[in-house]
Amino acid sequence: MPDIHQSVPKIDAKEKISGRMTYVADMRYDDMLYAKTVRSSQAHARIRSVRVPTLPEGYHVVDHRDIPGKNVVKMIFDDWPVFASDTVHHVGEPIMLVVGPDKRIVQTLVDAIVIDYEPLNPTFSMTDSVVNYHYDKGDPASAFKAADTTVAYDYETGYQEQAYIEPQGFIGTYDDERIHLIGSIQAPYYVKNAVIDTMACDPDAIRVVQATVGGAFGGKEEFPSLMGCQLAVALNKIKRPIKLIYEREEDMDVTTKRHPSKTRIEGAIKEGRITALRIHIGIDGGAFIGLSGVVLSRAIIAATSAYTVDNLDVSGDVYKTNTVPNGAFRGFGAPQMIYAVEMFFHHVAKHLNVDVHDFRLKHLAKQGNHTSTSGLFRDPILMPEMIERACAMSDYHTKRKAYANPEVYKGIGMSWFLHGCGFTGSGEAEHIKAKIKLEKLPDGLVYLRVAAVDMGQGAKTTLMKVAAKTLDLPLERIRYENPDTDLVPDSGPTVASRTAMVVGGLVARAATKLKKTWIDDEHQVIHEQYVQPDYVRWNQDTFTGDAYPAYSWGVNVVEVEVDKTTLEVEVKHIWSTYDVGQSLDDNIVLGQADGGTAQGVAYGYLEVMRHREGKLLHKNMTDYVIPTAVDMAKTTTELYNNPFALGPYGAKGAGELTLVGGAPAVALAIEMAIGKRVHAIPATPEYLMEVLHHAND
Amino acid sequence: MPTINFTLNGKPVSLNTDPTRRFLDVLREELTLTGPKEGCGEGECGACAVLIDGHITNSCILPLGNVSGREVMTIEGYRETKRYRVLEEAYIAEGAVQCGICIPGMIIASESLLAHNPHPTDDDIRIGLSGNLCRCTGYNMIVRAVKRAATRGKGLW
Repeated sequence: MPDIHQSVPKIDAKEKISGRMTYVADMRYDDMLYAKTVRSSQAHARIRSVRVPTLPEGYHVVDHRDIPGKNVVKMIFDDWPVFASDTVHHVGEPIMLVVGPDKRIVQTLVDAIVIDYEPLNPTFSMTDSVVNYHYDKGDPASAFKAADTTVAYDYETGYQEQAYIEPQGFIGTYDDERIHLIGSIQAPYYVKNAVIDTMACDPDAIRVVQATVGGAFGGKEEFPSLMGCQLAVALNKIKRPIKLIYEREEDMDVTTKRHPSKTRIEGAIKEGRITALRIHIGIDGGAFIGLSGVVLSRAIIAATSAYTVDNLDVSGDVYKTNTVPNGAFRGFGAPQMIYAVEMFFHHVAKHLNVDVHDFRLKHLAKQGNHTSTSGLFRDPILMPEMIERACAMSDYHTKRKAYANPEVYKGIGMSWFLHGCGFTGSGEAEHIKAKIKLEKLPDGLVYLRVAAVDMGQGAKTTLMKVAAKTLDLPLERIRYENPDTDLVPDSGPTVASRTAMVVGGLVARAATKLKKTWIDDEHQVIHEQYVQPDYVRWNQDTFTGDAYPAYSWGVNVVEVEVDKTTLEVEVKHIWSTYDVGQSLDDNIVLGQADGGTAQGVAYGYLEVMRHREGKLLHKNMTDYVIPTAVDMAKTTTELYNNPFALGPYGAKGAGELTLVGGAPAVALAIEMAIGKRVHAIPATPEYLMEVLHHAND
Repeated sequence: MPTINFTLNGKPVSLNTDPTRRFLDVLREELTLTGPKEGCGEGECGACAVLIDGHITNSCILPLGNVSGREVMTIEGYRETKRYRVLEEAYIAEGAVQCGICIPGMIIASESLLAHNPHPTDDDIRIGLSGNLCRCTGYNMIVRAVKRAATRGKGLW
């Protein structure tokens, strides 16, 4: 087999192009019923009564009274009900399912159900903290005391919707006392474990199978556990196949999104350097905590992004509000923080009237430095050459001089960033404990038994390449089917840029073992389990130590032109350099780079979602604008080779890294174009108008 | 119920069903052609695109009655053509496919574009594909795939 980075045709491309690939919405059973969800119209209220019209024969309602086990969806923080019982906490909260054979009649019944509410006081402001984390590095108090000057700025970010093109969905059957769920999901075992708790049943009674996923981006990490639990309750009651597929508006209205955030950064400056930072980030968790605490962890750990600052006082809160719960989205808290930090470094340099580029370079993290959480950057950091290359490709220095004149309404912005690969802190070692199995059949075919989901990012192709190369077999001899919890061990959810590095690492190890013990014509099974490297130490109580076993690094340069009259932003070109360790397939990594950067840049200037009194105002593809082929700029991307000893062939994480730098790069470009500081994203024309007319500098 | 007659992937079809039904539902449920996908249900994303008399049309906002007497081609029919094979090769070679849910629609959009403009510029391609949303790829690899198909499929369009 050629070098691992050389691209091969993606294993599932033909089926997808030809329309033969089966997604969950394409599946059906002969005696199948359809389910629709009855939802709260209120942001916060007590349910006085629910009036259900007389149901035609064959139609059913399913609610909290049908739940055999716990009325809570098992996540990290278990506070999210499967169905509301007496109180609703956000508009769109599920109250019951209506199930029956004719979709249109089901919808008529949903519309005919009358719920009488006693309104309660809703909260929409970020005031009610439900999770608070804090950590220090060095001695921030002394550094602030010794400072020549201090500077403080505030930053805000809005919602971002994953906007996968395939809405969420499940289909389920009930056979022989077993519940079988097939869904568009990122984490088969999250769904299975949640359903076990809700059904209070034997683990063997639940089988979860991943259907081909039509995009996820974090949106199908924890939310499907809620749908899976609801459908399991319905299957248990009705015992017929049921399909639960969201339409676009419902999906956008009720599924988790990227947390809106507010960040305040205060810097202590001495002799032209930032000697300490005091940072607080608040994220809007919505009505239930779910994964928000973990999102907050990643956000606060990203506090210094690609820089080293010796003294830190970092804290954060998850605030509960009566709005749709927020959750996982590619980047997972890091995009909010890295946006704020990148803007802050620029704003401080401007304040000090020093060259921004030189000022940033002085603070750039180096191998051997301590991370934000006092861990160690052990591995080589290629950022100096990656930055130089990105500057050369984009002609950054010439352009930034030319565009310094605000009359030209052009700008170029650059972001530097890192992304911790894998679960934060002790997650991999203590919570996930990933297991995989390699199964060789007598005919010589090798099956990867992993729970990792290919949601378009190419997990199948890359992990199969790792196995094939290690076993020295052609790719055709390797098999990787969509995970089925009856067949695969729990190798963890497909999240946190962990699949290539962690699951791929286990595949490489198992394949090495299989190769050594290979016996022709025999059935052989190799088991592997994740073992945390000895040197990775993490204290979850104090947030100190190595938060991640490895870091991927990146540089984005974005050039924009802003219309003088309308203040519309046109992105002209995006240049990037990335260090993802070793690319396992160049086309796949470059595809992640293009797609991630598109989402990251659009997060900075294009994608707007707001709510009024808890009701989302942008809940379809017309109102919530994502980039089209015309909006998306051309990209030039180069990958740097910097193999990580413990990744398969040196691979680190790639999926999220490519998103986290987009927003600050485009915001800084816009800032240059209009000659005023940008403190909030998305930097829409309306926002820029305000900045131009009201801001002081 | 009136009878609706049309040609589907080269074969005549007669249906006795409500002419106001969404054509996408008729294709997917009645005729079990699941190549066209539902992404938004409001004509914004293009995942449900089909060719009607050679023009790209979003089947999710099209009443069945409107296809009466017309020639409909879905991905299931188009994939049997030589042009399809050129596009398929190009999409694979350029790494243009990620989750894949938008791709049958993108292929239909690519065909509609190339049929009307066999030598498109990059800007032509971007405009030609702008009715089809993709959230995975950032489009550049898809644009390159269409360009490659235009070059390699000389004479086919």
